[in-house]
Amino acid sequence: MQQFPCPFCGLRNEQEFHFAGEAGKTRPDTMKEVSAEQWSAYLNHYNNPMGKTCEIWVHLPCQEYFVMQRDTVTMEVFASEQIRKDLK
Amino acid sequence: MSGFRVQNRGLIDRHKTLSFQFDGKSCTGHPGDTLASALLANGIKIMGRSFKYHRPRGVWGAWFDDSNAIFNISLGAIQLPNCPAATTYLEDGMQARSVNTFPSARFDIKGVLDWFSPFLPAGFYYKTFMRPNWHLFEPTIRKMAGLGKLDGNIIEEYQSDQIHQSCDLLIVGAGPAGLAAALSASQKGSSVVLVDDHDIAGGSSYQQQSNIENKPASLWIRDQIAAIAGNGGRILLSTTAYGIYDHNLVALIQDSGFGHAPRLWRMRAKRILIATGAIDRQITFANNDRPGIMSAVGALEFLGRYGVLVGKKIALLSNNSHTQNTANLLREAGAEVETFDTGDNSPVAIGGKKLRALNIDGKSHSCDVILASGGLTPVVHLWRHGGGRLEWNEAIQAFIPAQATTGMRAAGAANGIYELDEALADARAAALDQPSPKVQSAYQIKALLPDINSKKRQWIDFQHDVTVKDIELAARENYSSVEHLKRYTTLGMASDQGKTSNMAGLAVMASLQNRTISEVGTTTFRPPFVPVPFELYRGVKRQQLFNPPKRLALEAEHRNVGAAMGEYGGWLRPAWYGDDDPHNTIRKEVISARTHVAIIDASPLGKIEIMGPDAEKFINFVFYNTLTTLKPGKIRYALMLSERGIVYDDAVITRVDQNRFIISCSSSHVEGVNNALEGWRQDGNDPDRIFVHDTTQNWATITLSGPKAGELLSKLDMSIDLSPDAFPHMTFRQADFLSVPARISRVSFTGDPSYEISVPTLHASALWSAIAKAGKSVQAAFIGVEALSILRAEKGYIIVGKDTDGETMPHDIGFSQPRLRKESAFVGDRALHTHAANGQNRRQLVGLMVKGNECKIVTGAHLIDQSGSKPRSIGYVTSSYDSPTLAHPIALALLENGTARIGESVAVWNQGDIRQATIASACFYDKGGGLLNA
Repeated sequence: MQQFPCPFCGLRNEQEFHFAGEAGKTRPDTMKEVSAEQWSAYLNHYNNPMGKTCEIWVHLPCQEYFVMQRDTVTMEVFASEQIRKDLK
Repeated sequence: MSGFRVQNRGLIDRHKTLSFQFDGKSCTGHPGDTLASALLANGIKIMGRSFKYHRPRGVWGAWFDDSNAIFNISLGAIQLPNCPAATTYLEDGMQARSVNTFPSARFDIKGVLDWFSPFLPAGFYYKTFMRPNWHLFEPTIRKMAGLGKLDGNIIEEYQSDQIHQSCDLLIVGAGPAGLAAALSASQKGSSVVLVDDHDIAGGSSYQQQSNIENKPASLWIRDQIAAIAGNGGRILLSTTAYGIYDHNLVALIQDSGFGHAPRLWRMRAKRILIATGAIDRQITFANNDRPGIMSAVGALEFLGRYGVLVGKKIALLSNNSHTQNTANLLREAGAEVETFDTGDNSPVAIGGKKLRALNIDGKSHSCDVILASGGLTPVVHLWRHGGGRLEWNEAIQAFIPAQATTGMRAAGAANGIYELDEALADARAAALDQPSPKVQSAYQIKALLPDINSKKRQWIDFQHDVTVKDIELAARENYSSVEHLKRYTTLGMASDQGKTSNMAGLAVMASLQNRTISEVGTTTFRPPFVPVPFELYRGVKRQQLFNPPKRLALEAEHRNVGAAMGEYGGWLRPAWYGDDDPHNTIRKEVISARTHVAIIDASPLGKIEIMGPDAEKFINFVFYNTLTTLKPGKIRYALMLSERGIVYDDAVITRVDQNRFIISCSSSHVEGVNNALEGWRQDGNDPDRIFVHDTTQNWATITLSGPKAGELLSKLDMSIDLSPDAFPHMTFRQADFLSVPARISRVSFTGDPSYEISVPTLHASALWSAIAKAGKSVQAAFIGVEALSILRAEKGYIIVGKDTDGETMPHDIGFSQPRLRKESAFVGDRALHTHAANGQNRRQLVGLMVKGNECKIVTGAHLIDQSGSKPRSIGYVTSSYDSPTLAHPIALALLENGTARIGESVAVWNQGDIRQATIASACFYDKGGGLLNA
């Protein structure tokens, strides 16, 4: 059972979180031509690195989405920060 | 008969005698005994049979390092299978049976299997029973395999406590090292938890009758415990740390005595100190599995803890200096002891059920017990669970802890430091997170290489009858990686988990391949370290607490009028009302709804409010349908898709005013829809301009549906004009009900005129009473979810997830327009134009009809195409009912190219039976929709 730091609620058990996606992915502008390859990459292609990753997670009780950096091998969590920068 | 009790030794309470039975034989023991020690004291040596050949087995170790003696134990009405004899404490009246034996461990009929052992090498079952089909042989083989039997009785109140705690430092093992570490850390003010699997602290100190830091061991231990407790440290005895999980979560199982559920502790420790000590390694020699061949450390444990001498004439075979004092200790207790060096010799044990001699260097030495010590082996299982690395130490011929993960240390014998004073210094340094002192070890050991050319059988895994030859075969067939070796031969599986067999197996593989043990490496150590019952994980999480349903504010009112409650989408809701035959009751409810008016508790329907200046743009993006054109006061049906274009949910969306919407999504999808909305809001939009607020449980909703719905509503005196022109279908009104705000949506899930009336949950009961009272004059009926399911199916209204699946796109269920015409981006838009989405044979929603006198079609039945050489599934039935309104069965189905086939006949296959149905449009009731607008 890992523990993740929600930027709003602090350190909580892994069960309270959901993985929401890889950070840095942008939805293609579907009002323009989007090739099947681009759409497939958006839906299916994850880097899934061994080691350091940067991901979006949601803390279900407070419903805030945030960015977390962690290591997929050692399970070490380096940092988590809110998606909204302006609140700082 | 060889083992016996000696005076003045051990920690048992000799004032009390306990009676028990083993395989029908009466025996006695004392409080403090384990079943294994009591049986040895009674002179019983054969305590079980091996798994494969049913060879007789005695105990090898005195604690968790024994996997030979496994019992079914009954005590009173309680019977538990697979209790390890060496770790189960004796209680008065226990009846123990060795598992996997008949009639007893001593005379086991299946012992003849051993005669066939030359024909049953590793992999025999895999190779032999492959053809024609494993399943032909499986039942017989399963019957022969397996350990204890469950008696099928449920033990009342057998319920595990589960405790969550944290501490600064968790120390595993209350031997001298663990005690010293706990005292040092607690003196510095750390919150310390010290756990030990025995019921008495002290660890290995009972083996050697020596002083600790110039005090008698028992006195030293007592002083440490008192000082630790005085500093606020906690000591948990009879508690085994059986697994270390991510981020220093340690799972502890605390024994509560036989027949009582153990307690689970989930301990989150800032730091963990592994002080689990070391166990003896076996020696690989001919016939080394015979009962009476035991671990030397185990023999000292039996003597020191339980006052049992394991034999009268003992041959001690050792390759290491740790056993120097062992012979003396055994002699002092009254045994005759001869010591032998393993050297280059290849010893042979002589004897069957009764050991007679050890043959070594061409000479035969008579004995009744052989103690084999192949070298101390640090217990590093937990270290590996926690992600620590191991390194091979050539000097002590063992894997010892190397690189650690954050916050984990090992100390004492578990760290490869066997001398007492050095171990104490190591533990104290570790407790304070200081560097370990340099140690000059006096321990000496000779590398032990098994004789791989011997023709005689040499045993590696006593529980599974894995011999040197089996490992040789595995290596020959290229199962040479340790992980393959383990699975091919079953070496180190089941309750042993490699505790005794791992090192011997690795040594054989290393010899066979001319590699070093460190090159061969170890298999993965996985929790649990000792077997734990499933109950440990269940605890109170059973029945309703396992998955608590949501409860309606009106539950009491429903029960008052006889509701049969059932779980629907996570909510406990009325299924129907009354005690009569459910089928008839539901039918009557449907007819009442169609002829008069039905009262339905629809409170679980989602009520997620979306507010803010960007609300319109936002929901127009999140939903499939165009919502920018929705006027305030109006309601629209809309689908929510995933980015893959699959229908995720359907909802009716009310625009309350320009910047405020209410999303009434499916009852069971509220959390999911809310999460999706929050995800899009925060990641991709300006969250200051959109607010998502789930108010589902703030409002209670009662739906009136049927020809007289308007008439009933008018009796509630909410002063709104209910004429169809003033309040048409798919519109919304706000009103007052007894001075509280009420929301009324004219929206239908039945095909008849319907009004959903919502009031703040606090006022649910008042609304219910008013409706129930007013309903009498219009023959209103309460109806449950079952009747509602039929009503909606008659009208062809889908339930997403029931009438759609993971491939259903909106155009498959009749909603094609936004896909082709919507002018702005929306979730899943691009996915609706892929090759698959444009496919010709997509499964589309249709209705199915059979004749009125036929029975209904089974839900889930396949629709098949029989035109080819083999029938092919082209769809399936998603919902099926006897329609009370239409007086014939109806069904909804997903069918390839279904809309183009309306009017045709299709074959329906269920469990081999084939019947015909007519494909129809998915709407059976009021196809024109005139009633909705009435």
